[in-house]
Amino acid sequence: MRTGPHPAAAEGNLPLVAHADPRSVAAWRRGEPVTAGRLLADVRRAAQCMPEGGHLLNLCADRYAFSVALLAAVTRRVTTLLPPATTPAVIDALRGFAPGTGFVSDNDADLPDLPRIPLAFSAPGDPECGTVPLVEGSRVAAIAFTSGSTGAPQPHAKRWGSLFRNAAAEARRLGIAGPGHAILGTVPPQHMYGLESTVLLPLLSGAALTAERLFYPAEIDEAIRRAPPPRILFTTPFHLRNWLESGTTERLETIVSATAPLSEALARETEARTGATLLEIYGCTETGQLATRQPTVSAQWHAYDGVRLREEDGCTWASGGHIEEPTALSDLIDIDPGDAGRFHLRGRAADMVNIAGKRNSLAYLDHQLAAIPGVVDGVFHFPEEARPEGVTRLVAFVVAPGLTPEAILAALRSRIDPVFLPRPLVMLDALPRRGTGKIPVEELRRLAARAASSRLREDA
Amino acid sequence: MMADPIDNPPAARPPADEALVREIAEQVVSALNLEVSPGDIDPRAPLYREGLGLDSIDILEVALVVSKRYGFKLRDDDQENLRIFRSLESLAATVAERRTK
Repeated sequence: MRTGPHPAAAEGNLPLVAHADPRSVAAWRRGEPVTAGRLLADVRRAAQCMPEGGHLLNLCADRYAFSVALLAAVTRRVTTLLPPATTPAVIDALRGFAPGTGFVSDNDADLPDLPRIPLAFSAPGDPECGTVPLVEGSRVAAIAFTSGSTGAPQPHAKRWGSLFRNAAAEARRLGIAGPGHAILGTVPPQHMYGLESTVLLPLLSGAALTAERLFYPAEIDEAIRRAPPPRILFTTPFHLRNWLESGTTERLETIVSATAPLSEALARETEARTGATLLEIYGCTETGQLATRQPTVSAQWHAYDGVRLREEDGCTWASGGHIEEPTALSDLIDIDPGDAGRFHLRGRAADMVNIAGKRNSLAYLDHQLAAIPGVVDGVFHFPEEARPEGVTRLVAFVVAPGLTPEAILAALRSRIDPVFLPRPLVMLDALPRRGTGKIPVEELRRLAARAASSRLREDA
Repeated sequence: MMADPIDNPPAARPPADEALVREIAEQVVSALNLEVSPGDIDPRAPLYREGLGLDSIDILEVALVVSKRYGFKLRDDDQENLRIFRSLESLAATVAERRTK
C-alpha cells in the first residue's frame, strides 16, 4: 500500500509504451505486424499536426488509428475526452466543458460540429523511432464522463500514472509479461473498458493490439484465425452470446467479458465450445477496473493488486492500487468478512440501468426527457425481465399534449445514446405521482404491463 | 469462409420480391420484439435512426437471424454495409443475391 504523497506525484516519468525493443510487434493491422518503432514514428508524425494543449475527441474507429491519435495527444499535453455518447446535445455539453475541443477521425461518417484536427501517419520510407518518449505520471491523459444524475455529464480525470498502473494490474491478472499476446476486441476504444483493455493493456504491457473493430461474428472468427496465439478476446455478454449463436467453431486461449455479469450457463458454454479460459472484469468509469473472476470456478470477485473495498454510509468504497482517491461504487456489494479484496456483486443500485453493456442513470434520462420543449412530465422505467444476455429496453411514460411520440423520439435521439431510446414510448394524460412527487415503482410496473397488454390486443 | 459472396463483383440486383420483403419484415419484428406489425413497415424507409429506429445492437440481432435463415454471413468491412441496412427492400435484395438456402 502507498502512503504519503499523491501516488501520481510519486511515480515520476513513465514510458509512452512498454515495448522496450522497437522491433517488437505493437499492433496487427489486417494480419500484418506493426513494430513499436513504426507505431512511435506514426505517433511523432501525428503529434506534428496537433496543437499543444487543449482537448480532443478521438472518433477513430480503427484501433490503431485511435491509439496513434491518443498517444500523440498525450505527448502534446492534449487531453482526450471520452463522452458517453456523441449526440448533438453531448457535443454541446463538451463545448461548454472544454471550449476549443477539436476532434480526429479516420472516416467521414457522423462528424461532430467541432473543429477537425488532421490525423497524419509516417510514410513507409520514414525512419522508425528507436526511443520511447517519457510522460509524467501526473499528466491528465483522458477525461471520461459518466451520465451522472444531474443532467450534466460528470468528468473523471485519468492520469497517465493511474492508467499505467491499471494496465499493469490487468496484465498481471491475465498473465501478460511482455511481447507475445495478441489482443482482440468487440468493444470500441472510446469507452473505458475498450480503452483500458484493447488499447492501453497492449500498449502498456508490451503485447500487440489489433486494429480492426470486430462487430459481426464472421469478423471475430477471421480475427481469431489471423492472430498468432496466445490470443485474448475482449467482449461483452451481448456480443459473446451473439457470436456463439452464429455457430462459431473457432478456438482460442482467453476470453474476457465485462460491462454486465455473465450468466453461469453462458460462461460454461463459452469455455466448453471455444476451449478458452473465460474471465470477467468488474469496474466502472470512475475507478477503472477493480477485479476479475472466472465464473466457472467461483462467483467471488478478486480485486486487483492493492485495491481494497470497505462499507461506509451504506455504500461500498474502493481505494488503493491504481485508484487515485476513494470512490463510492454504484453497485450492491458483499465484501468478504475476512478479505477486503474479495467480494460478491448483489446487483446494481436502483437508479442505474445497463443495456447491452452501456450504463446510465434513470435520473439522467429523466432530465433529458424533461428538457424537451413541450414535455410536461415524463419518466423512464426499466422493466425487470429475465433475459440473460438478451437486451431489455426501457419504457418511457410521457405527458406532452402538443407533441407526437415521433417528435419526442427525434428530440431524445439528439440527446441520448440510441440504446436508451424507449421501446415503447407511452403517452399519458398524467403520471401517477404521489404527494412527494415520487412515482411508486409498482405503479410503473402496472403501467408497463398495461401498455404491453394493449399492444397484444392490437396484434390480435 | 474464403468464398464469401461479398468477394463477387457487384451484379445487377434482382428486384426484391414482395413475399421475401414480408418474410424478412416478420423475422425482424419477431427477433427485435418491435412495436409495429410487419405489414406496416415501409419497405423503403430507413431501418435505423429515423425510420424504424434500429441501433447497432438491433443490427447484430438481425444479422444473426438473417445469416441463420438464409445461410450467408455479413461483414462490416464490407463497404456495402450501410446500403444493405438502408431499408427492408435493400436488405431483401441482398438476401436474394447471397442466400445459400
